[in-house]
Amino acid sequence: MSMNLNLTLKVWRQKNSNDKGHMETYEARDISTEMSFLEMLDVVNEKLALEGKEPIAFDNDCREGICGTCGAVVNGIAHGPQKATTLCQLHMRHFKDGDVIYIEPWRSKAFKVVKDLIVDRSAFDKIIQAGGYVSVNTGQAPEANNIPISPEKAELAMDAAACIGCGACVAACPNASAMLFVSAKISHLALLPQGKVEASERTLSMLRKMDELGFGNCSNERECEAVCPKEISIANIARFNREFIKANLGSTVE
Amino acid sequence: MGWFIKNFSSSIGKKQIMAITGLIFCTFLTTHLLGNLSIYGGKGSFNSYAEHLHSLGVLVNVAEVFLIIFAALHISMAVVLYFQNLSARPVRYVKKKNAGGRTISSTLMPYTGLIILIFVIAHLINFHFADHTNQTIFDIVSNVFSNPIYVISYVFVMIVAAFHVKHGLWSAFQTVGANHPKYMPFIMAISLIFSLIVVVGFASIPVYIFSSI
Repeated sequence: MSMNLNLTLKVWRQKNSNDKGHMETYEARDISTEMSFLEMLDVVNEKLALEGKEPIAFDNDCREGICGTCGAVVNGIAHGPQKATTLCQLHMRHFKDGDVIYIEPWRSKAFKVVKDLIVDRSAFDKIIQAGGYVSVNTGQAPEANNIPISPEKAELAMDAAACIGCGACVAACPNASAMLFVSAKISHLALLPQGKVEASERTLSMLRKMDELGFGNCSNERECEAVCPKEISIANIARFNREFIKANLGSTVE
Repeated sequence: MGWFIKNFSSSIGKKQIMAITGLIFCTFLTTHLLGNLSIYGGKGSFNSYAEHLHSLGVLVNVAEVFLIIFAALHISMAVVLYFQNLSARPVRYVKKKNAGGRTISSTLMPYTGLIILIFVIAHLINFHFADHTNQTIFDIVSNVFSNPIYVISYVFVMIVAAFHVKHGLWSAFQTVGANHPKYMPFIMAISLIFSLIVVVGFASIPVYIFSSI
């Protein structure tokens, strides 16, 4: 049954990347439990706009949990308290009347705050550019069933490919490490025959880019796996570690 | 040689050095514990174990040199990783909660590691560098553990070491890529059991010596 909530929001406000930023308190009145978290923010923003104040800036696009654009740390947990859920798919029924909700942007040296809750995640794009692809010569499309792939491998690759690149893993990691994201990309390509060809070059070059961009080091805290909206497993990180050994000691790639 | 330095100074490279040296320390703990347990056979049995060990001569020195190298690698990597990880998040969260991945053991890794380091230095001073001319190793051990402060601090550090080993052991497997849906539950269980063996095995000795004096 629908109910209305009155909430207190503590939101990170920051004008631009040079601004120091601070937490600000807002009252959110008459919030329906059927609203999504972002719809709740829309309501707060409408009120702010009517009052002539600057609305809270946040990233969002599909609002269906599939694009990876939205995300904020809600009460200390990336994407909020609901497991396997993006912020846009988090509903207000998971909150109680009178709750105080802290809303902060992803925190990482590699993700600069652009404004309020919006961070620049182009570091992820740079990692993909470093090797997150399969080189294909142009020409006729190859016959799809030429190379047999076991359903088990296809499933594992699909599980890794479910990563939407939202950055929650980095936000949740006590070390701001990007290992879950990078390992998901490494895995979904390394598991398939088409991706195996360039596996060693890819592993080393994506790893070096990740380090260069200032992400932290993995210490197997498993916080990434716990907040991932697509439930990407740390088994992918282990695969990345194996691929590293293969590339480092078992290939001619330097 | 360039590739060697480049790859082992990468984030995964450093972690794998931590993992391998950590696993070596786990095997060291095992042999150390097996040796120490000979104390339950009495004074003669313990002293004879020490004599047999030292009769290996230069092999003991070689092992010591390797242990020092591994310790230097493990500690230097830990320090570098710790500070890199701190700097990877320059602005902290106002409110941060665990989402269910972290454990006490994983959270405290750098701190339990530091306590173990301080302990190892004190431990070497207590026993290894103690005056062995007029007393047997059993006498030295009995002397040290006749002091309740030593007994309590040794037991405390063994609890700390168990926490370090509980996360460290499975984490080392994960870091070298040994994560498999069939074996992972087994590796997790071994980590817990091994850490319990460490605390019960090592910490029982000072308590036993103290209570039998």
